[in-house]
Amino acid sequence: MSTPTAANDRALTWSLRDRRPEDIPVAADPFPDPDAAVSAGTGRGVRVCVVDSGVERDHPAVGRIDGSWVVVKDDDGVRVEATDTGDTCGHGTACAGIVRRVAPECELSSVRVLGERFSGTGEVLMGGLRWAVRQGFDVVNLSLSTTRTRFAQELRELADEAYFNRTVIVASAHNTPVESFPWRFASVVSVGSHHEDDPGLHLYNPRPPVEFFAPGQNVEVAWLGGKTIRTTGNSFATPFITGLAARILSAYPRMTPFQLKSALYLSAANVRLPHVGSGPRSAADGVHQ
Amino acid sequence: MSVENRSVTDPSGPPDDPSARELLQSVVEVARAIFGAQASSVFLLDEEAGELVFQAVSGRGEEFLVGRRFPADRGIAGWVAASAEPMIVDDLAANASFDRSLAQSTAYVPDAIMAAPLMDDDRVLGVLEVLDPAPQSRSSLSDLDLLFLFARQASIALRIVTRQRTGPAAGPGLAPERRTEAAELVRRLERLLVDAPHA
Repeated sequence: MSTPTAANDRALTWSLRDRRPEDIPVAADPFPDPDAAVSAGTGRGVRVCVVDSGVERDHPAVGRIDGSWVVVKDDDGVRVEATDTGDTCGHGTACAGIVRRVAPECELSSVRVLGERFSGTGEVLMGGLRWAVRQGFDVVNLSLSTTRTRFAQELRELADEAYFNRTVIVASAHNTPVESFPWRFASVVSVGSHHEDDPGLHLYNPRPPVEFFAPGQNVEVAWLGGKTIRTTGNSFATPFITGLAARILSAYPRMTPFQLKSALYLSAANVRLPHVGSGPRSAADGVHQ
Repeated sequence: MSVENRSVTDPSGPPDDPSARELLQSVVEVARAIFGAQASSVFLLDEEAGELVFQAVSGRGEEFLVGRRFPADRGIAGWVAASAEPMIVDDLAANASFDRSLAQSTAYVPDAIMAAPLMDDDRVLGVLEVLDPAPQSRSSLSDLDLLFLFARQASIALRIVTRQRTGPAAGPGLAPERRTEAAELVRRLERLLVDAPHA
């Protein structure tokens, strides 16, 4: 859904020389009412990629998968191949099911980065994320992180690349208080869990780096064999925000990642605007439960 | 999913040293006590073979599971080992969806599993699993925190055991008398937790 925003698309501009403001018009949508931003869309036309353990095909809670890929690492290096191997664990299927519930009409693809082998999992994660970013997906759900600091700089550069190319990476905070990446970067949308009962509630964290909280406790999720289980963790809060991002982008396809983050911020139940009233609200009231 | 036993001389098999065995056994017994669980296990990740190996078991399967191996590229323990993230899942027994082959091979199909990675710095050494915790211990974020806290201690125990077996080149490990002290520390913690009133 990314659209060129400048009439002159010279690749890199350190300063505006030889051109005037009228030479660089930007077509944009008016900034929507915060609540309308998340309730207007269904995800239609938005391409979402789940980078995880794969997604089970034909799961009733997931529906159509538009592409399944796997990252393979061998003596020739890391590469991405089409696959029909589904999900080795259930985790990716769970994430995809949550995205589908929140944004029922989005296009869903899967890149499997877990379940092949143990050595080089950091490289495989990097390979899968890089592939998703360069495919130009609108939203990438990453309910994973790495604690290996040697990948931090490369991940940071990739997250920036995604941000400037209008791919929104929605990344899980680690479930335990350890340093891991890329959720700590400002260029991604980072998500942790809250333990409220409202399954449509998202909150903004006034003390980042975790920026948003979403339902992640005792969540019913899609699992292997076409069935469901209940589970707990930041992994399952993240696809809720991914789904909200897809809804917003389907209604406002010209939004940039920074606008999208603002829309998530302004629609969070704990962010009070003077003209909106003081009562808590559930931004995703339209989400099918 | 196949499960097999290998020789006890296998470097990723269960520890030969009695203190090391006792240390790991204490860990799983404390884990089981903390969560009021039916069983608890510590697995070592054998990266080369791509397998997880039962190192210590408390509760169901205690008599025959130690030393058994299963593929590390699938299932909940596999995901925990690969992602280095803890996980809680519930309602497994009610669903035919659960990959039961391993569970059935261990003669026990749990309804709920809590699992946490056992780390050495940023490397996954293995997995701590708690099967069928008491209902009040399930499915909350604070349980995940408690599991993580305890997994840190279990990580240290597993680190001691693996360093001891791989020799000084892999790290200093603990002298036998220190391992005995560590085992005693875990026993005292176990008594403390078992005697403490539940929150």
